[in-house]
Amino acid sequence: MANFTRRKFLQVTGGAVAVSSLGFPAIVGAASKKVVVVGGGVGGATAAKYIRMADSSIDVTLIEPNTEYYTCFMSNEVLSGHRTMDSIKVTYEGLKGHGINVVHDTVTDIDAAGKKVMTAGGQTFAYDRCIVAPGISFANNIEGYDEAAMTSMPHAWKAGEQTVILRKQLEAMDDGGVVAIAAPPNPFRCPPGPYERACQIAMYLRAKKPKSKLIILDAKDKFSKQGLFMQAFERHHAGIVEWVSSEKGGKVTRVDAATNTLYVGDTAHKVAVANVIPAQTAGAIAIKAGLTDDKGWCPIDGRTFESTIHKNVHVIGDASVANPLPKSGYAANSEGKVAAAAVVDLLNGREPGDPALVNTCYSVVGPHDAISVAKVYDLKDGKLNAVEGSGGLTSADSSPEMRAREEEYAYSWFANIKKDSWG
Amino acid sequence: MGCNKKALGALIGSVFMAGATQVLAGSSASMMANTCAGCHGTNGQSAGPASPNLAGVSESYFNDSMKAFKEGTRPATIMDRIAKGYSDEQIETMATFFAGQPVHKAMVPHDAAKAKAGAETYDKSCAKCHDEGGSLPGDDAGILAGQWLPWLEYSMADFKAGNREMPKKMAKQVEKLSDAEIEAVLHYFASQK
Repeated sequence: MANFTRRKFLQVTGGAVAVSSLGFPAIVGAASKKVVVVGGGVGGATAAKYIRMADSSIDVTLIEPNTEYYTCFMSNEVLSGHRTMDSIKVTYEGLKGHGINVVHDTVTDIDAAGKKVMTAGGQTFAYDRCIVAPGISFANNIEGYDEAAMTSMPHAWKAGEQTVILRKQLEAMDDGGVVAIAAPPNPFRCPPGPYERACQIAMYLRAKKPKSKLIILDAKDKFSKQGLFMQAFERHHAGIVEWVSSEKGGKVTRVDAATNTLYVGDTAHKVAVANVIPAQTAGAIAIKAGLTDDKGWCPIDGRTFESTIHKNVHVIGDASVANPLPKSGYAANSEGKVAAAAVVDLLNGREPGDPALVNTCYSVVGPHDAISVAKVYDLKDGKLNAVEGSGGLTSADSSPEMRAREEEYAYSWFANIKKDSWG
Repeated sequence: MGCNKKALGALIGSVFMAGATQVLAGSSASMMANTCAGCHGTNGQSAGPASPNLAGVSESYFNDSMKAFKEGTRPATIMDRIAKGYSDEQIETMATFFAGQPVHKAMVPHDAAKAKAGAETYDKSCAKCHDEGGSLPGDDAGILAGQWLPWLEYSMADFKAGNREMPKKMAKQVEKLSDAEIEAVLHYFASQK
């Protein structure tokens, strides 16, 4: 049988195969296939790891500016003081353990025709397939909200230094102050995030600054898990949290960083702490590399997450147009695996199989109280599709005991997705 | 195995042929099972603190569990919603993946004194069906050894409250045990490495 297999090998590959002295066929002269992953967030890290798990002959380089990465998920619990920055920190040691070449540098451009990636450090990386996981960048929908304003009116929508600024401001404010969260228009990273954040900050206020208020000034008229959040505001945060929809005067159009004031048209909200979350687009490198459409996001093929603009480049995570999947951490993890499997198949001359994806997203809305949304996705008629009848929200009449379990499962989600992506 | 050389050769040929037509019957087992990892750990090896390990559970246990979640006959927070996204065939495909993974015995936080006391109760009341400390997939009773304690507690709470049906033999044993004995035996399972 071994002989037969060997002969077949030679036949099929037309002589690009030699037989080693041990009698095993080995590919000679063909350098290993190269994949470059741009961005070491949840999507990029997952893709890099799962490529190596599926085919360790593929040479994977992951390029990420930061040596330490802070997860956006659970960063709202840093704002309430329920967890430390250290607990949301991940390193790249786990990925190195999978044989991934981790380079800390900033990608400045991608030459899709020449199949190479250039960095600020002056390095060039050639690839057979490139996976771009650039996350988000901020759009200019709010007048006066520039780089300088971000340091006094933090967005805290990329975890790290911004999270620390916002937490320190909450700690420094006087009891009786007003905290404003300016929630962004769709589409944006982590749709339930601003509302979980309101719950987390409200827990801190009730415990430490009970005379204070929190107002959500929203650019939208409805939002993710809205019914469940409204219940939670009533259940835990009555008298503290107020949500103002766009049509009721919530859409912030301008800020004045010098006076910590948010403007909705001519109406001024001068507040103690302003958390301004602007509108978003795909991460800057995706725009620079010409991977974005006219709305600023990256269109992809649902089977492989290959860009429909540039061949051999796959885009995953928040930057991609992966509707009906949301821009969530779990979706990015799931998309990373689909892209990884597709890249492994394509580099081995196989047709990529059907993708399977899931999104699961928890929000911790009060003490021992969490809610969730989930959905199963597949490919239908060539397009990503939410499987009918799957998933949905925590039931509105879910018992306190079941919601306490959901909190434990939220923390399990956190521990496992971190390890699955970077471990 | 009685495999036919010619057919095998053709199969190998097609696998190695670039762009050869391949029979794709839906998503592969790993493609589907990998979607579970964000909550249940890579290859079903959970990092806790509550989501159970799936690695090494028997196909029949996995299938029965998922179908019960889907039909709403087993209490759940989220698995009922997720299970509804899969056909029975897809569930069976995922089951083969997890059954093929080595059983994961995590370092689960537990009370050593309770675990010690629980060992006696285990021998007396549980060992017949949950053999070898609850570590054998062949029992088709889930993997209880080294399983995350909150999940063991939730499961037993659901059984005791009548929200999940116990097999008759189990009901008979559980009836005889005090709450303290049950608590101890759960610590015993969590302690198994």
